[in-house]
Amino acid sequence: MRILPCGGEALLVEVSNLQEVEDLYGRLRRDTPPGVTDLVPAARTILVAFDPAATGSARLRALLQEATTGSEPTADPVITAAKVAPPTVIIPVRYDGPDLDDLARLTGLTPAQIIQRHLRGRHRVAFCGFAPGFAYISGLDPSLRVPRRDSPRTRVPAGAIAVADEFTGVYPRASPGGWHLIGRTDLTVFDLTRDPPALLMPGTAVRFVAVDAAGAVRS
Amino acid sequence: MTGRGGRSGEITIAAPGPFTTVQDLGRPGLAHLGITRSGAVDRHSLRLANRLVGNLPGAAAIEVTYGGLIVRFSHPGMIAVTGAPCPLELSGHQIGMYAPVDVQAGALLRVGVPAQGVRTYLGIRGGVDVPVVLGSRSRDTLAGIGPEPLVAGAHLPLGREMSDPPTVDLAPQARYVDQPELRVLAGPRADWFGAAALADLCAKAYEVTTDSDRVGVRLRGPAIPRRIIAELPSEAVVAGGIQIPPSGQPMIFLADHPVTGGYPVLGVVAAADLPLAAQCRPGQRLRFRPARGLVNARPDD
Repeated sequence: MRILPCGGEALLVEVSNLQEVEDLYGRLRRDTPPGVTDLVPAARTILVAFDPAATGSARLRALLQEATTGSEPTADPVITAAKVAPPTVIIPVRYDGPDLDDLARLTGLTPAQIIQRHLRGRHRVAFCGFAPGFAYISGLDPSLRVPRRDSPRTRVPAGAIAVADEFTGVYPRASPGGWHLIGRTDLTVFDLTRDPPALLMPGTAVRFVAVDAAGAVRS
Repeated sequence: MTGRGGRSGEITIAAPGPFTTVQDLGRPGLAHLGITRSGAVDRHSLRLANRLVGNLPGAAAIEVTYGGLIVRFSHPGMIAVTGAPCPLELSGHQIGMYAPVDVQAGALLRVGVPAQGVRTYLGIRGGVDVPVVLGSRSRDTLAGIGPEPLVAGAHLPLGREMSDPPTVDLAPQARYVDQPELRVLAGPRADWFGAAALADLCAKAYEVTTDSDRVGVRLRGPAIPRRIIAELPSEAVVAGGIQIPPSGQPMIFLADHPVTGGYPVLGVVAAADLPLAAQCRPGQRLRFRPARGLVNARPDD
């Protein structure tokens, strides 16, 4: 782990992989050092923003070192999980995306196999970015990992379910996008009038469920 | 509360100028949901405008880009104009910047074109009371969150975000200099560049380009070459971060910066100097210099 300077009001903690980000983010959310104003996870890093009037970078560094090297919390795991883990969000998906055939060609799988493997992943929101409410959902089956499309689309519709690298994404609203579209959902994942506005927050467990055109669950 | 009369009234935009938005101190603490802070790009001038009219520090004001705003007041009130210095005319009379001014019912304020700087702030006692979105009245231009940019004919109600009447008559304002110097703290990705990269960045002036906006100040000058050519996994960035894309031409992130960036950040402009960056005009040159005596933690392996 490295702790990198990031101006006078933030530190950037870098770890080796996404799993370590998710673990450290969970620990820092449970036990946030005093003076921290924002924790922003990403693919290999967590930005730790702080109020310089309330804490200093040296003190915060020491606390972050402790959080990464310290032993696991000894609290009752059931209580801890209940306190921290957000409820699982179920996302109903019509797996009819225009890139299923491309993805089949790239992975050597059939579209049916792709859908099956996508459904059985243990998905969790790793971090948000790109656009408000856009979640990078980890847990994609390794056989489905492909790079982004060579030429991004200028418009991906809201509700599109897409994959790229080690992630699944749900486009919160129409926007340009370079991921492979495998399906779509009617679920509203971002709504400015909701509190919190984003359904998919870092740490949220996600389960994808296949539905038919009428919205009925496919068995 | 010491408002004047029962109603705070409203203002009507007669002409918005090239680009005018409502801004306050933004939406801190939502970056983990992909929502950037936004808010006034020159926070110093926003705070000053609020202080001059006796508002709470986070009251919403009007951020005017390159002047041109004409606005009418429905009720008596008080205003202060800060930021980029513009000629100001209130119902035909010239008034000064950086000072509280009483306005009469029906008064018309004309904000001229700034001779220096980019963004002028119109603070109004009570604050602009447009609907709050996720805790702020700021327009985030990148994400499209918050009140739409102002158009002619828009009516904006005024609020009660005020404390005691102001006691400040005039706030001395540092002059805008032709070539501002911005202090830079190294990191987080200084090691993606050669050992001399920060010294190179500070050695020569950079010119502000015309595609600068609330997202960032884009610069043209000596390219900063990268040592590590690999792709950087997306990571959170901060306002003031100096991102170096493959072209080697730096960009300073401002209030509406994306939450995450995919290019390495060589250094971060000191928070106190960010308003200077936000007020630089296209064609103007600025310089960086290493921050000394400012808190910056060492890289720590």
